[in-house]
Amino acid sequence: MRPALKVSALSRSKTALGDMAEDHEITKVQELIYTTRVESVMAPDVIVISPSATMAEARALMREKHISGMPVVEGDRMVGIVSMSDVMESLEKGSLGRPVFEMMTRDVKTAFSDSYVAEVIGRLGPRGFGRIPVIDREGRLVGILTTGTLIQSLLREMDIRYKKKEEEKLQSYRASHIYDDIVSDDTSLVLRYIVDDKDFSNAGKASSGIKKSLQRLRVLPSIVRRVAVAVYEAEMNLVIHTDVGGEITVDIRRDRLLISAVDHGPGIENISEVLKPGYSTAPQWIRDMGFGAGMGLANIKRCSDSMRILSELGGGTRLDIIFLFRDHPVGGGPVGGKRA
Amino acid sequence: MKIGELAEILEAKILADHHDHDFEIPMGGAADLMSDVLAFGSEGMVLMTGLTNPQVVRTAEMAGISVIVFVRAKIPPPETLKLANDIGITLVTTGYTMYEACGRLYAAGLKGLGPVKIENGTW
Ligand SMILES: Nc1ncnc2c1ncn2[C@@H]1O[C@H](COP(=O)(O)OP(=O)(O)O)[C@@H](O)[C@H]1O
Ligand SMILES: [Mg+2]
Repeated sequence: MRPALKVSALSRSKTALGDMAEDHEITKVQELIYTTRVESVMAPDVIVISPSATMAEARALMREKHISGMPVVEGDRMVGIVSMSDVMESLEKGSLGRPVFEMMTRDVKTAFSDSYVAEVIGRLGPRGFGRIPVIDREGRLVGILTTGTLIQSLLREMDIRYKKKEEEKLQSYRASHIYDDIVSDDTSLVLRYIVDDKDFSNAGKASSGIKKSLQRLRVLPSIVRRVAVAVYEAEMNLVIHTDVGGEITVDIRRDRLLISAVDHGPGIENISEVLKPGYSTAPQWIRDMGFGAGMGLANIKRCSDSMRILSELGGGTRLDIIFLFRDHPVGGGPVGGKRA
Repeated sequence: MKIGELAEILEAKILADHHDHDFEIPMGGAADLMSDVLAFGSEGMVLMTGLTNPQVVRTAEMAGISVIVFVRAKIPPPETLKLANDIGITLVTTGYTMYEACGRLYAAGLKGLGPVKIENGTW
């Protein structure tokens, strides 16, 4: 949960960076620091020292762990921070035997673990602090942020995002060429999805998978949208109006898409009635969730090139929806094969 | 209107952040009926709603909506947040009512769909 404050900070620093922002890579890093939270770039295992330890012990610990400072913690409360420069000062004063709490910095600037990196990055570095202890909203020390941990995690994050994007490109490339690679007079790709009944919070998974697959097949975005809306209404009908769930199959040919939603549920008594916009038998709890307005079948009809319902009371329902690709066959180029 | 401006105008808190704050939102809409969203939703638009169940996010995904504003300071349950994070939909919450949230954005220049006919609306 972030206050709007963050947004104005964002637009300010974006203008401040001015023409630098034109550089694509810089923009990517910027985006990353505004969307990555401190908790994912901090080092979670913090080396700490007790306030009653001596400065000599602090020096030994820093040497051993190759660090240049650490939070001073009493119980689960952070009471200060002690750094190499405090050790140097003790050396000069000959006070290495004194307890840490006499030499430490008490006024410690901390960062919240759920803050965005952008909010704290300015405080790190040569003109800021060497390290910023990270606390949760209850004030417990949960990690530490240094320039080193920050750069490492940002690089890792960029690498993951880059790989994801490349992978999506590759998947889309492979999928969209499947029709070229298969040798047949007419190829059709069939996707099958099982839809559970009454699993309300999971509903929509099939539609989501169908949308993604069509995008990878590089179906025209305007058609993908129409299909997504129609198939989602159909999927919700399986979830809401059947007690057994059902199956959605998507048959994709280069020139058209046929979607069938089939169930062995209660069936429909009067088909012309359920087609009327506003007619619904959905229970109240479904209406409270924003569904059951009786617009689903009307929506499906509006989105598709043709729609057909077959149903029998007690014998289940079959809904067939057809979309034509017309001038934009899947896989690009002219529709091949003998049936073109 | 940019997402950053929208958040400022609504004094909104960002709950799931998946767009550059310079991301341009072409228009706005408001509904508590998901079928209405599916019927009138348009690519990239912002949806104002009082519902917070996960199907709101699913509906947005299907309708191509990129930003959801929860009105009256509603905070969605964790399932909703998780789904939005999986799919990449930006969620914000504002203290304003549906009426005022819409009014503020409209007054600041964010347009709606204009008159819509449901009977035989072409896509
Ligand atoms: N698969 C199905 N099995 C049984 N009845 C169905 C099925 N699909 C739709 N119906 C009936 O058709 C009605 C209208 O459906 P729809 O237009 O999608 O509106 P809604 O889902 O909002 O009720 C439903 O209320 C229900 O009575
Ligand atoms: Mg329905």
